[in-house]
Amino acid sequence: MSEKLSADSRCEQRGDEKQDTQEKEAVVPERAEEAKLKAKYPNLGQKPGGSDFLMKRLQKGQKYFDSGDYNMAKAKMKNKQLPTTGPDNNLVTGDHIPTPQDLPPRKSSLVTSKLAGGKNSIPRKDRVLRAEEWTLGGLTLCLLVQ
Amino acid sequence: MFLKFSLRSIFYGAGGGGNDIQWCFSQVKGAVDDDVAEADIISTVEFNHSGELLATGDKGGRVVIFQQEQENKIQSLSRGEYNVYSTFQSHEPEFDYLKSLEIEEKINKIRWLPQKNAAQFLLSTNDKTIKLWKISERDKRPEGYNLKEEDGRYRDPSTVTTLRVPVFRPMDLMVEASPRRIFANAHTYHINSISINSDYETYLSADDLRINLWHLEITDRSFNIVDIKPANMEELTEVITAAEFHPNSCNTFVYSSSKGTIRLCDMRASALCDRHSKLFEEPEDPSNRSFFSEIISSISDVKFSHSGRYMMTRDYLSVKIWDLNMENRPVETYQVHEYLRSKLCSLYENDCIFDKFECCWNGSDSVVMTGSYNNFFRMFDRNTKRDITLEASRENNKPRTVLKPRKVCASGKRKKDEISVDSLDFNKKILHTAWHPKENIIAVATTNNLYIFQDKVN
Repeated sequence: MSEKLSADSRCEQRGDEKQDTQEKEAVVPERAEEAKLKAKYPNLGQKPGGSDFLMKRLQKGQKYFDSGDYNMAKAKMKNKQLPTTGPDNNLVTGDHIPTPQDLPPRKSSLVTSKLAGGKNSIPRKDRVLRAEEWTLGGLTLCLLVQ
Repeated sequence: MFLKFSLRSIFYGAGGGGNDIQWCFSQVKGAVDDDVAEADIISTVEFNHSGELLATGDKGGRVVIFQQEQENKIQSLSRGEYNVYSTFQSHEPEFDYLKSLEIEEKINKIRWLPQKNAAQFLLSTNDKTIKLWKISERDKRPEGYNLKEEDGRYRDPSTVTTLRVPVFRPMDLMVEASPRRIFANAHTYHINSISINSDYETYLSADDLRINLWHLEITDRSFNIVDIKPANMEELTEVITAAEFHPNSCNTFVYSSSKGTIRLCDMRASALCDRHSKLFEEPEDPSNRSFFSEIISSISDVKFSHSGRYMMTRDYLSVKIWDLNMENRPVETYQVHEYLRSKLCSLYENDCIFDKFECCWNGSDSVVMTGSYNNFFRMFDRNTKRDITLEASRENNKPRTVLKPRKVCASGKRKKDEISVDSLDFNKKILHTAWHPKENIIAVATTNNLYIFQDKVN
């Protein structure tokens, strides 16, 4: 973690108060933090901060393994040339081609939540846990699951 | 003033506020072990309209519903305990092959419908699909068929000598959950909010760039009411972070943005509510601006007060109360953990600066609550202006043990019982909290455990 600052030495725990004075004093640590960050990552903030975070956020969940992409990337990596992308394309392409090792392991099979079972919660004694019903083309199926 | 007084006397136990109340441990749900499976991470907590039911959703796509015991209430030693009522798999992991997108089964939000008949209904959503679930009880079953044995085997008709009329007999209570509607394929981006309208017929769903209006009965279409996607994605500067319908006016809703603004829209004004009716934004002193300013101003949650007169927003360091009649600044601001301002560099590096904390009102709108790190949560009494920090921990495990207030020391001399900022565990975050609509009962979710606290009943 970061080293202590010489500025503020009060213990803080308060509700809303003199907003202005507090803001002025508070901003000194914020600027100091910014300087620290810029020192560590000098290239940060070249693009407007907004776009970078936002694009990353919008693309959450992008995962793919395409053997074509993978082989192309392996070949191109040797020449240190990454494929160019159009403005609308996924910014991650070409930069982070996943390898089989990078892919997350298979998710574990679906089990009952620990909030519903286990020694710390008490299921009602007079209840069968649950039944699920599906209607499949007019035919109603009922499955009793514990 | 008169109305406020009479409402107060009706609300059982909704007393003076965060500090007048003595909060006691009541229950904790979930596994004890420190090794948390990802699927067990709690992602949403919500009481139903009566407070009798408490629903949780997790990263594994499961919903667990707890029901408050009614029996103990008469004894008034403590309010009823919450026990498991129903649990079901709401969403399953999916893969969008066209876009190579993994669709997480994590439940982002649960919202209850008000009860209309014997069954309970709730909406649950993951990143892409909203589902309407019906939870119903079955305590009778038909017995005495002529052509079927009790175990279901069919009888040979030639062995039937007499006829009887099947009757309903009591059986062990069974709680069934069934998906009644599936609202899919309406969101390109990730759904962050759902909100049921006060007309109880429609609801909205919001993703990063769009908000859609649905009718609860109709699944094959929805109306787009807000679209902030720019023609050129390079020009994207802000996203929608939360949205909610007004509790009383069925034409009004608000949505918050990653830039710290809230827009109030009136659906009567036009079909597409791209132009807001009101814009709530606190002016910022440009000389105070830093790299972190925009990130920490991003609103992670917006909630209307029960009265509908105020709304509360949560950004990274504070909770703000806005009067709907005043757009240029909030009427109240509460610092949640101001001591983190001098740690923003590290919090940016470990991604904690992007944590999305939620906030909630108590039943009488006099106290607001939100979570923090180190399994701390905070309450602010709007009337007395006092605040309190409490901890959700198994160490205070005995029922009716009053929770000891906690205190964080930013720097300098640390008093006894205080904890220094550097000792805080940033992996122990309380993002989701809920307050019973009528009583002083709160549900606080740590990473994988659900704590229930109540005020001391004497």
